[in-house]
Amino acid sequence: MSAEPDGPEDRLRRFATIWSRALYPVTATSLTRPEFESQLLPLARQLRQDLAERVFRAADCEAVGAALVATHCTEPEALSRTLDVVDAYLVLYCGEEAEPDEAGRAGGVGEREELRARCSRIQHAVAAGFARALRERTRAEQEAISRAALEARGTVAEALHASEARFRAVFHGAAIGIGIADLEGTVLEVNDALIRMFGGLEHQLRGRNVAEWTHPDDSPHVWKLYEELVRGDREHYRVEKAFYRPDGTVLWTNLTVSLLRDADGVPQYQLALMEDTTERRLLNLRLRYEATHDALTGLPNRTLFFERLEKALAAGESARFGLCYLDLDGFKTVNDSLGHAAGDRLLVEVADRLQSCATAPGEMVARLGGDEFVALTTGPDTEHEVDELAGRIMHALSTPIRVEGRELTVRGSIGIVEGPAAERGAAEVLRSADITMYRAKHAGGNRYELADPEADARAITRHGLTTALPVALERGEFFIEYQPLVHLGDGSVRGAEALVRWLHPQHGVISPDRFIPLAEHTGLIVPLGRWVLEESVRQARTWEAVTGADQAGLPLRVNVNLSPCQLTHPGLVSDTVEILERAGLAPGALCLEVTESALIGADDDLLKPLRRLAEMGVDIALDDFGTGYSNLANLRRLPVSVLKLDRAFTQGMQHFPADPVDLKIVEGIVSLAHSLDLAVTVEGVETGAQADQLRELGCDTAQGWYYARPGPPDRLHELALADAT
Amino acid sequence: MERPDWAPPGIDITVPSVARMYDHYLGGSHNFEVDREAARKAMEFMPGLPKIMQANRAFMRRAVRFSVDEGITQFLDIGSGIPTFGNVHEVARRAHEGARVVYVDHDPVAVAHSRAVLEGNDQAAAAYADLRKPRDILGSSEVKALLDLDRPVALLLVAILHFVEDAYDPYAAVAELRDALAPGSLIAVTHASYEGIPVPQEQADGTVGVYRDIRTPLIMRSRLEIARFFEGYDMVEPGLVPMPHWRADTELAEEDPWSFSGFAGVGRKR
Repeated sequence: MSAEPDGPEDRLRRFATIWSRALYPVTATSLTRPEFESQLLPLARQLRQDLAERVFRAADCEAVGAALVATHCTEPEALSRTLDVVDAYLVLYCGEEAEPDEAGRAGGVGEREELRARCSRIQHAVAAGFARALRERTRAEQEAISRAALEARGTVAEALHASEARFRAVFHGAAIGIGIADLEGTVLEVNDALIRMFGGLEHQLRGRNVAEWTHPDDSPHVWKLYEELVRGDREHYRVEKAFYRPDGTVLWTNLTVSLLRDADGVPQYQLALMEDTTERRLLNLRLRYEATHDALTGLPNRTLFFERLEKALAAGESARFGLCYLDLDGFKTVNDSLGHAAGDRLLVEVADRLQSCATAPGEMVARLGGDEFVALTTGPDTEHEVDELAGRIMHALSTPIRVEGRELTVRGSIGIVEGPAAERGAAEVLRSADITMYRAKHAGGNRYELADPEADARAITRHGLTTALPVALERGEFFIEYQPLVHLGDGSVRGAEALVRWLHPQHGVISPDRFIPLAEHTGLIVPLGRWVLEESVRQARTWEAVTGADQAGLPLRVNVNLSPCQLTHPGLVSDTVEILERAGLAPGALCLEVTESALIGADDDLLKPLRRLAEMGVDIALDDFGTGYSNLANLRRLPVSVLKLDRAFTQGMQHFPADPVDLKIVEGIVSLAHSLDLAVTVEGVETGAQADQLRELGCDTAQGWYYARPGPPDRLHELALADAT
Repeated sequence: MERPDWAPPGIDITVPSVARMYDHYLGGSHNFEVDREAARKAMEFMPGLPKIMQANRAFMRRAVRFSVDEGITQFLDIGSGIPTFGNVHEVARRAHEGARVVYVDHDPVAVAHSRAVLEGNDQAAAAYADLRKPRDILGSSEVKALLDLDRPVALLLVAILHFVEDAYDPYAAVAELRDALAPGSLIAVTHASYEGIPVPQEQADGTVGVYRDIRTPLIMRSRLEIARFFEGYDMVEPGLVPMPHWRADTELAEEDPWSFSGFAGVGRKR
């Protein structure tokens, strides 16, 4: 829109431009200055009209002031500048149009005065309008922002409410117990889980003081940590703690306590999280009990006993201990004859009785396994106490035990070890007690023995050998030496006695005297004897093959010892037959030696296998003849073909002249033997004089150092060959 | 203990709000004495703060008009503050009848007031969310209801990024928003800087101190640092410039010297 230069419209625009330039710097509008000017233009037009109106209309002027506020001219400076602009330029730019006619303009001082006055009134009205509008706007905006603040608070409060509801749900629904207390320890809040843990009564918890919940099992640091936390020196701690429930039962918990601080970091509350571990703990205790107690008798087991023993041994320099190691005598028989159930009932009763023997503080009884029990005492005077304890145990066992309607007499052997702690380890102590117990058992049982180091050492070897025997056979630690049997008539080698030896990896060669009894005791004698028989038979067959058939039909024989155990073994005959057959050796080349004592009082049952062997052609020799109760009358019924005179008879002939009594006895025996068609072999021939004597007395065969010591099979072969040539 | 996300902060009108201080700078009365008190303190060091705010408003107005000229009629105004006059929806609606606007602010009072102002307006809405959590913004019911993110949007970040400390990684937030926008979308940014302020930096620091004291630190960034917000965007002419220089529609001589403080720019997503 263009205006005529210096025409009324152009002058109005120029006024608006001046006005906008004055106002623009003090407005906050985002309009550009020209845009802003265009907003002022209608207001300028209104002012021009107000100036020209015959009747002054204040309301119109006030509307201009209000419009200024509406265009965001809210600074007081905007009003001031507006009034300045109106005052200086309104009449100047818009006064002419306001004049009623041209004439008035010429003579215009009066008119001008009037215009000035009108302008003044316009300013007053604009100011009033501006002020009123600004007041209204300010009020409205203040109201709006306050309402918004309230609204927002409401929203926030709602959200907080929702959030608190959620927190409450978490708090009360949590499976873990939660409690909040102030720093004095007063409990302020507890959740449902915590209430349940404590037995279900809220009032028993809320308002109580945390410090009241002491428990004898509290470790000292539990309350030290608590103090540190409420002092603000610690942020949290975690302990295992027990509580008494109101009903007196115990609640075990994993307790985590945290310090809650406010926004400025000042400690405010303590938060406790509790997990009920009572059942888990009971389960653990139960598992621990099961792991440390014998299921059958309920007594502490080997594990627990070792723990206690180790503790006792670690008790310090001055402490002493006493230990009884009990093994029931003949328990195996009970088990074998009455069955395991009866055996178990017997053990339970024994356990009960033992338990009642060790009731003093520091005393305990445990079952190590099988029928082995131990009793431990750690009292002040163990030397005396352990004796008493052993006495009580023996006494407790003395009353027969009734099992399945039978009165069983139970006896036991006890090994006692007593001494200062800290000298030996648990295993060593127990071994000593075990050995001592065996000593008591070997001494006949039903007694107790006190450990002594020497006996221990002997027993340890014995014990060691016993345990090493089975392995020794597997590992081939046994070997056989052969001692020649020489015909006294012509000095020829007729055979040899097989003698078993043990080459122990540590102890070297061990003689049969030491291990045969052990083997008999453990039953290993059966497989060992069988092995010896096999080896010897195989050896005899080898000799036979080497010397050949040209030896005038007299093969080298082999003598093998049979132990009493083997005699009763049902497989004796069949085993022997099988071994001979497998080796291809004639039964006549084998002689089995049986001790006289093994056959004393032998009945037909026992003799039957020997008879069968004899019928097959196997020679049976009666070993060590003359040492036992030699029942000469009995000789007739025995299936023996050889008598081996014990070395006791030959000892008297070692020197010249020989003891005449010995001579007479041997002569008599030889005569008797020959009359029964028995050959006589003498052992222990060590001198030529002996050999001569015995030859004269009519003995058939001899063996002894005079001829040869026991040695490897090859040497015998050499001897035999030498003899043959 | 960290306050959970779903628990809103409390409203404490005894603490100054930058949104209400902004309103005060612009001559409004949507503010309380605490706000005015803080604003007066800030103005002791930088008396031209109102002019800077005015320049921000003017830039935004031009940027909105530019966007509409570019065919964009969806606006996401983050950090919208208290609606006073010349608001985006007014400017946009005047330029295009169907323009849709979502205002976002994390000041609950500003949001409440915006909602009151927008009552009955089905083309504009205010969302309560925080620039530091773009996912909240993008997932808000207002954005979902009003904006079609498959089509270009004008993202307005006017006088907001300088209130996000590096610790909250404003660059990552801006990048996340960018990634959610369709190619061709625009981003309009103004940012405070020591560059262009007509007083020595030491003096301007007084103002920075005031904002720090009210726990809304004002982060002055260099032009280069501000330019990094446009990663993934092509700068629209004339680039990142003092606010009055951006597509000015008046003579620069008429501009107040303070309005040249800081930078403004518009970018177009590739």
